[in-house]
Amino acid sequence: MPDGGYSDLSVRGIEELYRRGGARPSDVVGSCLDAIEAKDGIVGAFVEVFREEALARARELDGEDSRGRPLFGVPVAVKDNICTRLMPTSCGSRILRGYRPPYDATAVSRLRAAGAVIVGKTNMDEFAMGSSTEHSSSHPTRNPWDTDCAPGGSSGGSAAAVAAGMVPLALGSDTGGSIRQPASFCGVTGIKGTWGRVSRYGLVAFASSLDQIGPIAADVDGCARALRAIAGADGIDSTALADPCPALEGGGEAALDGMRIGVPSSIKGIDLDPSVSAALAAAVRHAAEAGSRVAEVDLPDLGLTIACYYVIAAAEASSNLARYDGVRFGMRVGSDTLGEMYARTRSAGFGEEVKRRILLGTFVLSSGYHDQYYGRACEVRERIRDCYRRLFGSIDLLILPTAPGPAFRLGERLDDPVAMYLSDIFTTPASVAGLPAVSIPAGLSADGLPVGLQLIAAGGREDLIVRGASALERAFAFRRRCVPGGSGGGGRS
Amino acid sequence: MRREAAYEPVIGLEVHAQLLTRTKLFCRCPARYGAEPNTLVCPVCLGLPGALPAVNGEAVAMAVRLGTALGCRIAPASVFARKNYFYPDCPRNYQITMYDAPLCEGGALEYDAPEGPRLVELERIHLEDDAGKLLHRPAARSLVDFNRCGVPLVEIVTRPVLGDPSDAALFLQNLRRLLRWLGICDGNLEEGSMRCDVNVSLRTPGSRRLGTRTEIKNLNSFKAVEAGIRLEIARQRKVLEGGGEIERQTSLWNARRRELVVMRSKEEARDYRYFPEPDLPPLEVRAELVERERSRLPELPLARERRLRAEYGLPAYDAGVLCAERGIADYFERAVRAGAEPKEGANWVMREVLASLRERGGRIEEFAVSPDDLARLVRLVSDGAISRTAGTEVFREMLRTGEEPGAVVGRLGLELLADPRRLEMMVDAVIAANPGEAARFRGGKRQLLEFFVGQVMKESGGTADPRLARDLIERRLAPGGGER
Ligand SMILES: [Zn+2]
Repeated sequence: MPDGGYSDLSVRGIEELYRRGGARPSDVVGSCLDAIEAKDGIVGAFVEVFREEALARARELDGEDSRGRPLFGVPVAVKDNICTRLMPTSCGSRILRGYRPPYDATAVSRLRAAGAVIVGKTNMDEFAMGSSTEHSSSHPTRNPWDTDCAPGGSSGGSAAAVAAGMVPLALGSDTGGSIRQPASFCGVTGIKGTWGRVSRYGLVAFASSLDQIGPIAADVDGCARALRAIAGADGIDSTALADPCPALEGGGEAALDGMRIGVPSSIKGIDLDPSVSAALAAAVRHAAEAGSRVAEVDLPDLGLTIACYYVIAAAEASSNLARYDGVRFGMRVGSDTLGEMYARTRSAGFGEEVKRRILLGTFVLSSGYHDQYYGRACEVRERIRDCYRRLFGSIDLLILPTAPGPAFRLGERLDDPVAMYLSDIFTTPASVAGLPAVSIPAGLSADGLPVGLQLIAAGGREDLIVRGASALERAFAFRRRCVPGGSGGGGRS
Repeated sequence: MRREAAYEPVIGLEVHAQLLTRTKLFCRCPARYGAEPNTLVCPVCLGLPGALPAVNGEAVAMAVRLGTALGCRIAPASVFARKNYFYPDCPRNYQITMYDAPLCEGGALEYDAPEGPRLVELERIHLEDDAGKLLHRPAARSLVDFNRCGVPLVEIVTRPVLGDPSDAALFLQNLRRLLRWLGICDGNLEEGSMRCDVNVSLRTPGSRRLGTRTEIKNLNSFKAVEAGIRLEIARQRKVLEGGGEIERQTSLWNARRRELVVMRSKEEARDYRYFPEPDLPPLEVRAELVERERSRLPELPLARERRLRAEYGLPAYDAGVLCAERGIADYFERAVRAGAEPKEGANWVMREVLASLRERGGRIEEFAVSPDDLARLVRLVSDGAISRTAGTEVFREMLRTGEEPGAVVGRLGLELLADPRRLEMMVDAVIAANPGEAARFRGGKRQLLEFFVGQVMKESGGTADPRLARDLIERRLAPGGGER
């Protein structure tokens, strides 16, 4: 066994290890569980660890044949808003504390069918509303690169778990950037597929028309393998895409040759961290050298996109979260009258950020304001979608930053929701337009924090983002080298 | 009466009909009535976090069937929408319904009213899911049964074109007949498989502008619909005549106290915050589905009723009774095809068949006397082989034993007694036994003829040929006639 155990391996590394006969699933899963025990006290990536269940499952797999199971014996962490049968699924919320769904999300059952072992549930902003994983009812997660910094959010727990080498793979969910932004902040890779690529059945809804489950891994290959396993039509999610996921292959050295790549002209006005600008420039240079045709392109207004995103997401959330009422499951604060039971339960059960969005969403849907806000946002969304449809007629990939800068410090933006919202400026376009996007680590800031770049392709073309990202990944040769609790600063006090 | 005419009511109906699908609208739970509470539920119909709806094609087909039967435009793509409101019987706290892009638009229900043909235009028909049921228990406890939650409903909305309470009730009866005729709803108002909400407003006659309308819910019988509307019209009229204004409100019909109770005033009006259901793509209805449903439509009740009148010369009343249900009309026509004279057949179906169905319950499709056997029986009577009285007895035996009529007639010896010599003996015996009546008859009291016929029928056990018996009695009792 290598020094750090097996938990640091990539998905491909684990497959090769098994093929060589170098270890069995129980060794790898055990090693991940040990890593979680050693590191998660500092990082706080997990809200639940299924030690016994995971080990038991791994031991079963020890005696089984891996053939036909592409994630055989791969330990996976699952974001806490994705249902795991009879295992806690609380969405980072007090209102769902202790809730155990009676069924597995489609993505989870597909992971299990592919041979993966679920080791635990990861921390998140409550109901996936947030960009820092600070809005969790249990505890904030720390960025493994610098534990005074946020891991991003809302899938901060999943990104941190992979970044800290506790698991090779995690599932996250992305509504306006919740996979990509934490992947960028934590120096790992995350993919959000085309809207509908992965069944949403069992993903606790935040904003249904934007939500997507996706993988977070140390490399593009790990994400591609996981996406392949969980993607595809699902009879119980009518919005899941019917057409099969394209083949997700790295494509080797020639991947970028002849690719038409667009770089948005509009980001010039945005205050970017120098490391982000440098990473973008390096990527463009590399792509051009590798034979891509790089051109500046105009994007639909990013400010308008983010506004459109927040109106639609809040509107849908206000309705999706109505079911947490204390009647059938989760928390209840009793009272003599029904109305008061609702009010007390929801007041005590939801955090401030969730309440803010429910109120906002209720407002934008209410009669007299509906057309002005929700109706207009839907029209804007249609126009934005048309713009991107046209844009991807002339380019194959759009390359842009994932976030304007590296991870911010914990607590820094808690009192300024608008500043927090604006950190989604580069991730909301792919969400609003429903396009596949990947974030890959692309360099380090002056403070030694990772920054990511994002590739977006036309709807249905996950193959293009995987090819492009694999090529750039090789060019950047980014090395994960975070030591939680080491160089970056103090542990959890 | 002049004051009565100062306002005319304008009535529109919203009818909810539970579809007779095997499973619920958005999940695969059985859509069944009467099971143990909360046994027909799953994550979808319980609104558990992460569960998603998937549309039941059978429900769509039934709604399309209704739409084609009513001549609606069927939208190639309609849109489900969320209607947001908090109530414990609605587990997601939003109902999935249709709002600005319904499945069916326009169309009309046509029927024959006593004063002539009537056509009630429809606004729309859409699909939505039903809520659960609250069971209020003493000591301030309430329980919820989610079995009904997610059962498919069609909501049928008329234009505000109904003129008075009985008009509304008649429309409803005809709509119910159509729903049952198409096999898509059992139309049970009392059990709530068909529910009716009413919108009522008043206006001055001739005015095209509608007054402010109010809504009445919970009308669970045709009588309640009439009574509730009548009360609301009277209330509105009083307000207007007192110089007041009508405010929007929703009231509930209290069946026990037969009165309206205000449920929500204008101030409490709900804002449902409708928006398109993001969990469901637009509902696409292909032209092939519409064609398939249209081509499979049975002859509709009104057409059938009119045809029965034209083809068999039946009175309107008979045709109406026979077309109350498709099964009855089918039964009648099968009997006619098997040789029953139509009017005779209609009489037998209306008097005997329907009466015994009412008495014993059960479905006409499983009725013990087959239409073929009924036709045989009708023929035995109209051919004069047995008397009508004997026929009724034969029918009861057939119902009891399932025998065919010929066998019953033979077994009970009910062949018509038409042998003049045997009949003569019977007539003589009856006259001899009633000398007083005979004397009075001869004295001119002709009405006693029926008495003697009745006595002969009784004597013969119903087998005497009544015409022949009558002739013989008259001849025997004629002045100076007959007595040898
Ligand atoms: Zn169900």
